[in-house]
This record gives sequence, C-alpha cells and structure tokens, in this order.
Amino acid sequence: MQKIVLIDYGSGNLRSAQKALVAAAATLSGGFDICASDDPKIIAAADRLVLPGVGAFAACMRALGERTGVIEAMTTAVQQGAKPFLGVCVGMQLLAERGLEFGQTQGLGWVGGEVRPLTPSDPHCKIPHMGWNALEEMTDHPLLRGLEVGAHMYFTHSYALLPSDPSNVIAQVDHGGRFTAAVAKANVAGVQFHPEKSQSAGLRLLANFLEWRP
Amino acid sequence: MLKVRVIPCLDVKDGRVVKGVNFLALRDAGDPVEQARAYDAAGADELMFLDITASHEGRGAILDVVSRTAEVCFMPVSVGGGIRAVEDARRLLRAGADKISINTSAVENPALLSDAADAFGSQCVVVAIDAKARPDGSGWGVFTYGGRKATGLDVIEYAVSAVKRGAGEILLTSMDRDGAKNGYDTALLRAITGAVNVPVIASGGAGSCADLVAGVRDGGADAVLAASIFHFGEVSIGEAKAAMRAAGLPVRPI
Repeated sequence: MQKIVLIDYGSGNLRSAQKALVAAAATLSGGFDICASDDPKIIAAADRLVLPGVGAFAACMRALGERTGVIEAMTTAVQQGAKPFLGVCVGMQLLAERGLEFGQTQGLGWVGGEVRPLTPSDPHCKIPHMGWNALEEMTDHPLLRGLEVGAHMYFTHSYALLPSDPSNVIAQVDHGGRFTAAVAKANVAGVQFHPEKSQSAGLRLLANFLEWRP
Repeated sequence: MLKVRVIPCLDVKDGRVVKGVNFLALRDAGDPVEQARAYDAAGADELMFLDITASHEGRGAILDVVSRTAEVCFMPVSVGGGIRAVEDARRLLRAGADKISINTSAVENPALLSDAADAFGSQCVVVAIDAKARPDGSGWGVFTYGGRKATGLDVIEYAVSAVKRGAGEILLTSMDRDGAKNGYDTALLRAITGAVNVPVIASGGAGSCADLVAGVRDGGADAVLAASIFHFGEVSIGEAKAAMRAAGLPVRPI
C-alpha cells in the first residue's frame, strides 16, 4: 500500500485534486492510500507527495511557510528520500527559485528558474489563459505516457514558470507564444494545468504519476 | 490554441435542479450531480451552477451539491448566486468549485471583487453582469437582483471597472434576449469583448447551434453558456461543438 499525501495548506483545489487522485488510483492495480495533511510527520512518511495550488504565488508560499515544519518535511522527503513529487498549477510554480507576482517572492527552488507574467504576442490572446488548450512539444517522459500530442488540458493562470534549464520542460502550450505546461527534474515534476479538472486526459496523467518510478 | 468553451448552466434551488436536462438515463433528474455527470460524459467544457435559493437557510444545499459533484466530475465547475462575502466564496471553493461568479454583491460592495481576487486569484473570480439595452438606444444599463433593480451603471464602464478590481472573467447576460431563444445580443458582446482583455462568456438568448456560433464569431465571446437548449435536448453538446467546428471555430474534441 503506497501512501500518497496531498499537502494541505488551505489551497482551494485540494479536495478536487484528492478526489481525482482517488479516481486515477482506481484505474490501477496497486493499492494507494490517498490523504491530505499538514502534519510534517505524515508528509515525511509519504511515498509520494502532491502540492496543489490556486491563487497568487506569494500568498501560497506564505501559507505553506506558516505551517510549521511542512516545507522542511517536504524538502527532506523529496531531496533525501527521493520521493516522487507533483506540483499542480501554483503548486508547480512554487518549485521555481522565485516568483514575480506582486513583487519578488522566493520559491522552493527545486527547479531553477522563475515565474513570470504571461505576455502573449498576439493581442487577441486574453489573460488569464483560461480554458482547454493542447499540449505541444511533449517529451517521452513517463508522466505523459498514453497522452498524445494535442491532448487537451484545462488551464487557468496568468503567470508561467520559465525554467533556467530548458531540458526541464516536458510539455509546452501555445497562447500567443509557447510556454511551460509541464516540468520534470529527477523525482520532482509539476504541471501548469489542472489534471483534476481535465477529465480523462487529466486522470491519465495522475495515474502516470502514481506509477512513476523516477 | 485555446478552445471556445461550451458551458451548460444548471439552475439549482434548495439543492435541486429547477430546469433540468431530459436525459432519459438519469435515475433522478432533479439531482444536480446526476445532471453534472451527464454533461461531463457528453463532453461539456465546463459547468455552471446558478443557485437561485431564496432563503438564507437553504444556501448550505449548494455546498453539498458542489462537493458531491467534485467527487464524480473532473471538469471545471463555476458557482454563482448569493455570494456576498469572501467567506461565501471560500466555502464554495473548498467544496470543489473552481470559480465563483458574483453579480449583485459586486455592484453593492465594490471591494468584494478585489478582496476575492486577493484571496484566491483573479482566475477564479467571475463577475456576472445582467445588461439591458436602454430604450433610447444609447448602450446598455446594468441590473441587479435578478434583473429587478436598475443600477444606473453603464455596462461598458462597469465591466472595465470590475476587471480593474480583480474579475478574471465576465459572464455577460443579455436580459433582452434571456429566454427568447433568438440569439445572443452580439452587439452587447462586441461592446464588452472590445473593451476588456479578460475572457467573456456569452449568455442569454441561445436558441440554436447557429446562435452559439454567432456569439463567438460576431460577438467575440470566449465561451458560450446556455441552459434550456441543452436541458431540453434541442441541441447536444456534441452538436454544438460540431457546428462550431464546421464554422471554423476552435473546439476541444469530445
């Protein structure tokens, strides 16, 4: 039985992400125990971690920091325990070294780079980037297994993670210019879209995460 | 490329669907969750719950509807109706809603949009605007309380100010067209889509696939919302998308 822990720091999409992971796990043969917690002991003992996130970078980072011992427990599990980690939306953006939303805020720094406002070259492209868009430039990363180029995912954001090492980008999306849709670096991964809101394609990605052996 | 969204809207009163879809397979057609599942399976891009519960006591029911929907539907869900404070919004988001839509309270309490955007981000704050053409043809006025109260505000000025305060999307309903099924007010849509840089959802008046196409092509809408044509089976989600694709509009394949 694998223990999957969603980090509970008050993020709005926690419940949806948890339900989607349960649904994704039901398609797999292994046993998964999926729970949400802000208890550093539970987080440290997890086999896999998921960091959801909705809202502003600085507010999310602050909320995470306010939970005593949570960032430390995550860091230990990911960096020393090499546990697979998935950040979703702002949870993915927090992987960066810094965010530039409402001033500059330090992120977790697990993926080099920063989070910048989207600046579409086409004036018809609106901000927020909101709705269903197709994945492009996908690598053969295990998280994307079974998803074809052009698979649609649900996005809703105004900022994007720009990794300093382009090889960390495993999928892109185009909205008046291409930007990062998904990143992966060793056992750490993140998706800008909401797999928990992307119907069968999203559940497939979550199932891939549950089976991922980085 | 971002796709045009097709959004069915369900009116919910005391936790029950008021106008519901005619899907024969439903065990309980009055259950919003059953309806949501049917639309999820049909390939809808997003779902809107409009809570028309009159009493304050009955408002808890929508939370239960949203949380039960989030257990079985993995698609974006917006909720509108009766959101007066940041805490109302927080409860809905925690229950599983992705966006909250604010109408009357956004007019009466100008700080609410910015407070909600600060707390949750603009991407989950929708301002719902009910607009009606002025008799003298000089544009459109904004109405609140389900269209019962004229605010004296001009729709374009109001839309621009709502976006400035933090709304990340506009749900624009034409009161003149609502229920008439003779098409969206594309002039109204064009006036708003030309004035703001956030997504605009067309609402009020869709009676056919051609109307959905016109809302996007002529009105510049980013998404089309409809209630009765979907509920009464006049147009399926698949037919709506096929018509839009045939018209050259980008849609997500089902």
